[in-house]
Amino acid sequence: MAGKPVCHNGQGAEPATQDQLSAWAKAYGRLPLPADLNWLWTIGAVLCAILALMLLTGLTLTLVYTPDAGLAFGSVESIERRMPAGWLLRAMHMTGASFFMLALYVHLLRGLYYRSYLPPRRAVWLSGCALLVMVMVTAFAGYVLPWGQMSYWGADVAGKAVGALPLAGGWLEGVFLGGDSPGTPTLHRMFALHFGLAFLIVGVVLGHIAHVHARGSSSPSARPTAATGVLPFHPYFTVRDMLAIVLVALAFVGVLCFWPELIVEPANYRPANPLHTPADIEPEWYFLPFYGMMQAVPFKLGGLLLSGGAVAVLFAVPWLDRATDAAHSAPVVVRMGAMGLLVCSAVAVACAGLHHMQGVWMLVARLGMVGYYAYFLLYLPFAGRVWRRGRA
Amino acid sequence: MMVRRCVAIGVGLLWACSALAQPARGPAPAARQQWSFTGALGHFDLAAVQRGYAVFAGSCASCHSLSQLHFSDFEGMGLQTAEVVALAASWQVPDGLDAEGRLRHRAARPDDALPSPYAGPEAAMVANQGVVPPDLSRILQVYPGGPDRLYGLLVGYGPQPVRQIGRGFSNPYAIGHFTAMPPPLHGNEVKYADGTVPDVQAEARDVTTFLAWVSAPHLDQRRRLGVGAGLYLCFLAVLFAILNRRIWSDVRK
Repeated sequence: MAGKPVCHNGQGAEPATQDQLSAWAKAYGRLPLPADLNWLWTIGAVLCAILALMLLTGLTLTLVYTPDAGLAFGSVESIERRMPAGWLLRAMHMTGASFFMLALYVHLLRGLYYRSYLPPRRAVWLSGCALLVMVMVTAFAGYVLPWGQMSYWGADVAGKAVGALPLAGGWLEGVFLGGDSPGTPTLHRMFALHFGLAFLIVGVVLGHIAHVHARGSSSPSARPTAATGVLPFHPYFTVRDMLAIVLVALAFVGVLCFWPELIVEPANYRPANPLHTPADIEPEWYFLPFYGMMQAVPFKLGGLLLSGGAVAVLFAVPWLDRATDAAHSAPVVVRMGAMGLLVCSAVAVACAGLHHMQGVWMLVARLGMVGYYAYFLLYLPFAGRVWRRGRA
Repeated sequence: MMVRRCVAIGVGLLWACSALAQPARGPAPAARQQWSFTGALGHFDLAAVQRGYAVFAGSCASCHSLSQLHFSDFEGMGLQTAEVVALAASWQVPDGLDAEGRLRHRAARPDDALPSPYAGPEAAMVANQGVVPPDLSRILQVYPGGPDRLYGLLVGYGPQPVRQIGRGFSNPYAIGHFTAMPPPLHGNEVKYADGTVPDVQAEARDVTTFLAWVSAPHLDQRRRLGVGAGLYLCFLAVLFAILNRRIWSDVRK
């Protein structure tokens, strides 16, 4: 392509952009990737596929949904009962939310385990953390929209949590709820947030991917590409991504069609009733670890700071890990053990979040929280230092 | 209006909770029944759904609403358009006020929502000793225990049920073993075209099937789609696995 003579005859404007596009596509197709990437590196493609699905189904659902406290529940019912294939679109959007968060957590843990956050990929990690926060906000706002019992009381709990912030808390709660309690203004805000953030997420995802391409992919062995060898993105990794997407789609269809009770909260099929508080207010499964942390602390502000800190600490990971390069890392057993501790801690806090915070569950939640923070604040800083010294 | 309605619902629920939850006994475990629609590959027995509609219209509809349903939705239980028009015409829906300010009624059309038996929650409370009968649009989705417990509740009254002041009727499948609902079925509410004896058990089975269909009208389509899409994706996965193997076959491990 570069070596061929090109005839410039003054009509080059259109073909030039076409050439540019195809050159760009070819450059992405030829992107050299380390040959030792494993299957965990396919999750990024899976996430892109689910994001596309969420955008398409979400845009279609927008056509019928009405963000009004008196009409929202009925409009969701009419989507499910009367809009052509509406039940399918809504089911895909609901299942997609759970699958997206699950894939995002796996993607995050993969980066954490293989230390993909080390230079030169710090900005990739930071944009990923920003995406996590944006996706969480979008997921929460989306859960409020059907205006069932859990939507209403979830918004109520979140509003009170925001209100517990010092200084600006009361003002922020007013901005969030648009009144003293959740109502039509809250729905308008959540709908705008849900809709707007979706497109912002697409923009940041594009930046995230472009950055990976500019800096090169991380790899399981963290050895330089000269040692691992490289393979072009297409066809070696595209075919693997496609296979992973099809396998995830298979699980997706299984949950959507045969086991929807895994992700559907029955209480949200009752219309919101401000005068009847449900016995158990619980968020979707993917927020349970953070919800558990919020409840495990006896005073509101502390709970809020600790659960917010559990996400915020992810941003600091590239600086918490003191190792200079990924090759000097702890033995696999130690890394697996630490990762196991992190995952078990998060699951323990999530289980505690499902129950009333009393007695044993309070203890479980607090121990889990200690385990979670220990990974970031003790293991990451000290493991790097110990093994660097061991090598030296 | 909205606020008053919410207050009324809230007060009603509070009363119901305080009246019914005093002995904090959980409901008795209901005996397992055979249902056409349970299991991963079950499907609705539409004849039972249609019979259940007759039981609903004859018995339940005098107190309970199905506010999220439109008459046209009944096409999903196997009725033709003409049959749905005839079915809708057998219901009366409010049609604004006449010149003297009195409420007018007209025969319903397929695009009307099912009318509520009461003008509002206050009227429902007055008519039912302070308890608002729940809407049944999603009852099997939100009712803990599923169809088995609903069936148990419908047939679980004693032989001579009496209303106890402040507690309601004794029924082992209700929370606290008392329910505010009087026994809804007595047998012979409907006439079955196929000659089945319309006893309480048969009616309860049919109306439970009907309410399960109302709560999840697209369950059959959902499962059919799952089988088709699942088989297609399995086939696609095999193709991609073969392609993946072939493409990676020239890479030295």
